[in-house]
Amino acid sequence: MTRNVVVTGIGMTTPLGGDAPTTWAAALAGTPGGVRLGADWDPEQPAQIAALMRDNPAEILKPVEVRRMDPSEQCAIIAAREAWADAGAPEIDPIRLGTVVASGIGGINSLISAYETLRDKGAARVSPHMVTMIMPNGPAAMVGIEVGARAGVHTPVSACASGAEAISYAAKMIEDGRADIVVAGGTEACINGVTMAGFGAMRALSTRNDDPSTASRAYDMDRDGFVMGEGAGILILEEEEHARARGAKIYGRYGGAGLTSDGHHIAQPDPEGAGASRAIQMALEDAEISASDIIHVNAHATSTPQGDFAESVAIRKGLGGQADHAWVSATKSMTGHLLGGAGAVESIFAILALRDRIAPPSINIFNFDPAIELQVTKDGPVQLPAGDIAALNNSFGFGGHDVALVFKSV
Amino acid sequence: MSEDILAGLAGIVNEVAGVPAEDVQLDKSFVDDLDVDSLSMVEVVMACEDKWGVKIPDSEVKNLKTVGDAVSYITANM
Repeated sequence: MTRNVVVTGIGMTTPLGGDAPTTWAAALAGTPGGVRLGADWDPEQPAQIAALMRDNPAEILKPVEVRRMDPSEQCAIIAAREAWADAGAPEIDPIRLGTVVASGIGGINSLISAYETLRDKGAARVSPHMVTMIMPNGPAAMVGIEVGARAGVHTPVSACASGAEAISYAAKMIEDGRADIVVAGGTEACINGVTMAGFGAMRALSTRNDDPSTASRAYDMDRDGFVMGEGAGILILEEEEHARARGAKIYGRYGGAGLTSDGHHIAQPDPEGAGASRAIQMALEDAEISASDIIHVNAHATSTPQGDFAESVAIRKGLGGQADHAWVSATKSMTGHLLGGAGAVESIFAILALRDRIAPPSINIFNFDPAIELQVTKDGPVQLPAGDIAALNNSFGFGGHDVALVFKSV
Repeated sequence: MSEDILAGLAGIVNEVAGVPAEDVQLDKSFVDDLDVDSLSMVEVVMACEDKWGVKIPDSEVKNLKTVGDAVSYITANM
């Protein structure tokens, strides 16, 4: 018997807001998230801008929680608590409850602090919580302990595709019968000198330092790199009959996933978009829909010159002529790039777009790149049709990871 | 003297483990009453060493079962 997966709760903390409703309202309003970094930021850094979480988790959580959790774990916990409450804090046998939360980078802020302690005060002063603050599975484990999950706690890592891969893994746990509810998503908080210098050295970051609010400009002719963001998105995925039996509110359906790899280059996209387009087609097949059902695409669209173009080629290949009927949103133009958190936050955006029948705007497109053969929401939010519709969320990561997810309206 | 150490220790336990400072009394067990796990106990020890300039080797930590044990050890060794 087929086990279908629905979304019964959402939570987010992002540069646009400290919770999901605030974030979504700000996204629909076309709010830019990029800001100039503070006076203590190293003036030698190529990027002087980033999209910081609007509500600092360290000011929300208990001091003892802040002490024991890396910032990437802190925002995951905040988003997970919101999502769990939003789903009605379901009563469930813990052995039927799982957690899949991903991060692209992990607890690097805590690693840097621990190194500074080691250097300045010696080995005897390194925190006993350091290891559980830097391990990549830390956010998943913290969330799993928070809800008491005993069906399994997992952490797929695929750079900027990690959050999307987490959702596909979580859905598979439900489809395969391992769990009835899985708390799933992605998180990232790595705005520090080391990470920013590294991405800067790759020439991956925007250096539009004099204008942070327009620096993230996917599909604009003058895009010059991504704006580093931070935050988390968490979804409650639930087996449909389980959700209906308890009268849960249902946001939308998880349709399916396509996961491929480029086998091309460690940091550059395949210019032919072969792996990405195949992921899109696999996701359509998995969701048992055709390209014409895709009315909306939340694109990866990070605002890099090569990446945005390569994805546009992949979308056209993946959807064929039906790409003309899909409204494409580049929401990183507002949130910045949440790396391992991106696929989760943008999946939530896609689900809310289907629910509210509105595709969010893609801001900061002053000169639309004519090489991009897509219908982009560059002039503001766009109304989506009534009836059964579906949305695609693309995520790609350094290493050549391609993940496409399909969601369906209810 | 030991009142000052008790108050200082209560502040440390509050900071590292989130236990209300007023609950940190001489007769309380770190593990059974205050829920200070072994990792947090390491932090308590580090903070005590820094605050009072004492050295608390691992071989001694296992003997510090109650808050009173810790106050006595610090008083005797500072």
